[in-house]
Order: sequence, then C-alpha cells, then structure tokens
Amino acid sequence: MADLTATAAATPRSRSRTLPRVSASAIVIGLYLLFLMLPIYWLLNMSLKTNAEITGTFSLWPQNLTFQNYVTILTDPTWYMGYVNSLIYVVMNTVISVTVALPAAYAFSRYRFMGDKHLFFWLLTNRMAPPAVFALPFFQLYSSVGLFDTHIAVALAHCLFNVPLAVWILEGFMRGVPKEIDETAYIDGYSFPRFFVKIFMPLISSGIGVAAFFCFMFSWVELLLSRTLTSVNAKPIAATMTRTVGASGIDWGVLAAAGVLTIIPGALVIYFVRNYIAKGFALGRV
Amino acid sequence: MEKTVNHKAWFLVLPVLMLVAFSAVIPLMTVVNYAFQDTFGNNVFFWHGLGWFEDLLHSDRMWNALWRQLAFSGIILAIEIPLGVFVALNMPKRGVWASVVLVLMSLPLLIPWNVVGTIWQIFGRVDIGLLGYALNSLGINYNYTQNPAHAWATVIVMDVWHWTSLVALLAYAGLQSIPDAYYQAARIDQASRWKVFRHIELPKMAGVLMIATLLRFMDSFMIYTEPFVVTGGGPGSATTFLSIDLVKMALGQFDLGPAAAFSLMYFLVILLISWVFYTVMTNLDKRG
Repeated sequence: MADLTATAAATPRSRSRTLPRVSASAIVIGLYLLFLMLPIYWLLNMSLKTNAEITGTFSLWPQNLTFQNYVTILTDPTWYMGYVNSLIYVVMNTVISVTVALPAAYAFSRYRFMGDKHLFFWLLTNRMAPPAVFALPFFQLYSSVGLFDTHIAVALAHCLFNVPLAVWILEGFMRGVPKEIDETAYIDGYSFPRFFVKIFMPLISSGIGVAAFFCFMFSWVELLLSRTLTSVNAKPIAATMTRTVGASGIDWGVLAAAGVLTIIPGALVIYFVRNYIAKGFALGRV
Repeated sequence: MEKTVNHKAWFLVLPVLMLVAFSAVIPLMTVVNYAFQDTFGNNVFFWHGLGWFEDLLHSDRMWNALWRQLAFSGIILAIEIPLGVFVALNMPKRGVWASVVLVLMSLPLLIPWNVVGTIWQIFGRVDIGLLGYALNSLGINYNYTQNPAHAWATVIVMDVWHWTSLVALLAYAGLQSIPDAYYQAARIDQASRWKVFRHIELPKMAGVLMIATLLRFMDSFMIYTEPFVVTGGGPGSATTFLSIDLVKMALGQFDLGPAAAFSLMYFLVILLISWVFYTVMTNLDKRG
C-alpha cells in the first residue's frame, strides 16, 4: 500500500529530477564504504600471505594463497588460549552485567525513589570514566584480594562501565513498554518475580539482546584493564597481540590472521543488531 | 510516563549499587589516598597535602599532553560530525541496500580497538602497507614512525575511519524520524535542497547530533588503545595523549602520587562533561 502511494506521488517529472541525485548518493556511499573496507581488506590480504611474500613482494592480493597463519593460531596454545580467555571473561561479564542491570533498569523506568536521579547520573559517570584512571587501583585491589590473573577479576573490572551501560540501554527500552501492562498483571494476581520473568522480559527481549550485545562488545574490545589485570593464566587475545609486536621481528601474517579472527564475533551478529547500533551506542536514547 | 513514588525500588537497584561501588568507589578511594600522600617506599606513607596538585599545575608534561588531547578531540570532531551528517544524508532510506550499507558501515565500530590499531599500523607502513606504499609511490615521503605530522595524520584518519560511522548512524536515526509529510510540504513550497536541510533536517537531527558530539568528545578524550598500538605515543611524545601519559606515569614509572593527582583532575573533567551529557539527555526525554 505504501509502495502504491509512493509511486503514485512520484510523477514522471519529479522522477527524472531525483534520478541523478540518487546516483550521486550512491557514489558518495560507495566511496565511503571503499574507505571503510580497504584497511580491512588489507588485513585479510596479509593474513593469507606467507611472511616471505609480505616483506618480499608488494601485491594487491595473495600470490601464493596460504592458510598457514590461521593454522598456527589454531594449533599454538599461546595463541588460541588468548581467545578462550577473552571469551571466558567476556561471557562472565555479560551475564553479570545484564542480570544485575535488569531489575535496576526496571526500577529506574517505573518508579521514583530517593536519590534516583543522582544514582542514574552516577552510573553514567562510570560509563564515561577513563580506564586509564582505574588501571593502577584495580591492579592493587585485585592483587590484594588474590584475584590477580583470574578471569573473574577482568569480568568484575569491566562491570565498571558495562553495568551502567546495560542499565541505561535497558531503561531506554523499558520506558517504551506501557505501564498498564504491569498493572493488569498485578490485578491478575501475578507476583513481581513471576510477572517480570514471564511477561515483562519477553516484551523487552530485543532490548536484552541489544544490552547483552553491547556488553559483549565493549568487554571484547577493551585492552588496557584486561592487560593490566592478567599475566599468564587469563591473558586475553588483545594482550597476546600487542606483546608479539616488539619481539624479535614481527610475524605480520600471524598478527593479521589473529586480527581477522577477533573481528569475526562482531561480524557474525552484526546483521541482527543493525537497526539498534545507534541506539546502543547512544545508551538507549535515539 | 508518569512514575509512582516507591522507595522500595531501592531493593531492585541494590545489586547494581554494590557491584559498581566495589568496582568504582573502592579504587577511586585508593586514588584519592595516593593523591595526598608521599612515600619513601616500603609502604610508609606521609601526608603531602596539595603538593602533587601544585607540581602538576606547573608541569609542562601534563599541559602538553592536555593541549595535544584537546587538539586531537577538536580535530576529529570537526571532521567526523560534518562527514557523518553528509554520509547519513546520502544513505539509502529503505530496501535491501539500506541493510547492506548499515551492516558494512557498522563493521569498523565492532572491531576490537587494538585490532583497529593493528590494521592501521599495517596499512600505513611504507614497506608492506597499501597506504604507506601508495603515498610513497606518489612521491610523498610518508613515514608515521619518524615524522610527527604524519603520525598525527595517521592517528586522525584512523579515528575518522573508526568512528564516523557512529555519527552517521545516529544522524541517520534522526533523519528516519522525519515524517514524509514534511518533505511533501517542502516540495509544494519549492524549497531548495539547502533549505530543506537547514530548516527541516538539521533541526530534527539537533538532538542526536548533540549526543553524537558528546559521545565522540568523551571517547576521544580517553582514547588509549588505538594510538598506543600504532605509534606508542611517539615519535618522541608527539602523540602521547592524556590516557597514554597517565598509564606511562602510573604503571610504567610507578609515580603513584603524581599519577593519582593526574587521575583525579582527569576524572573531574569527565564528571563535568558527563553532567552536560546527562542534562542534554534528560531534556531530550522531556521533549519526547
């Protein structure tokens, strides 16, 4: 129906006027996407070359296609354990953040209580806090309680910015749910926990998904805190990558392959969250 | 939405409060502790008053890092905001292409920050990188590890590459909320493209652009990983921004007092910007 009215509105004259503009837009977008994709393509290109080819010849695509760099990463424990460690603390952090954020976001979206605005603001300041400020105190805190170089230490440290993020995003989604639903459920005799799990959470399932995705992402991309809080047992992939650089000669091919592998988790889910990316970065607003 | 007063809601907030207090308040108190004390080692501390803060205010190193930081944030905002708006205006509104463009544009946003650094480190290298190789073939003596100006250009282009899509996506979300009737009215009035932008699109985007500007300012103000991987703060200290300098001081040299004083002042700036951000957000909420 909408299509019909649109074609009816576009008279032949206006169509001939809009056509050139559409193609100009396409060129602009095409150039912008080219700018975005070139560096990524180059990384992929590097990861499929041998080191001799990388340093020896300059070519726009791999001359001798090789998957040896990926094989190195997937068979060498110092490399693949980096991914395992990262995944462990990222998943822990996501679960903790979303679990504690859900009831809090509900409280902020439904009720007024003493100090609610101050608390909401304070959470925001933690989302915005520079990790560099917290690196040293975290190191001392987790060392003193014997959690240094454990996954839970990194997961808890990342809660600093991910819990506030999850609260803000979830609150943004929850305010869109009419309050009448809560009231009807209570009249029907639902207790709060049952209402929350059975009725409310399915209603904001997309919000929970977005919050979890962003917690996952921000924990996955963070380097400074995860590097400071680990040495061997929980060393994340990001730290493995930076520590390889500066060793005797850089193994560019393996480094590039490691980079490509870290992009994959984001690239896999990107399609499902494409309409929520702006909303997630803007903390549930927009 | 009309909210009811219910002080028992505190119980729902309590887990968050405890968790964030553990991961924010306790570490911050350590920082405050160090900021006012000095040590002879062996964990013997004594009161130093405002000494560290006075040193800091007279330290060229801190001021230089601050000016570099402000210059960096200013430059990337001046490029990313207009470019993002321009890209958003040209994005397809619906259909398959809209999805494809959205997915491809979001890709840089989801790349781990150190990998963003690695990508540009490789891309810009003279011997193996496409960018460095191409520029040198054109006769430009480009080398980001030697020349401070080139290092700056690389770090700025990297940030533009990384984050312009966020501005574009936010602006795009603002554009999507404009009803078609507005454009039809403008067509009837025979408004020019510029007038449509100036009087319809820009006012409708004002809110999201404010959010985009603040978010970008905030995140660029505490940037650490990307320039650290690409340039390591060099050549010399040409690209040593606030966070890089602070980490050098705290974890590299273990100058606890100065680092703590530095941290507190850094945090106060962030607090101030957060407050502006919060005010903008709540005003937007009120407007609906």
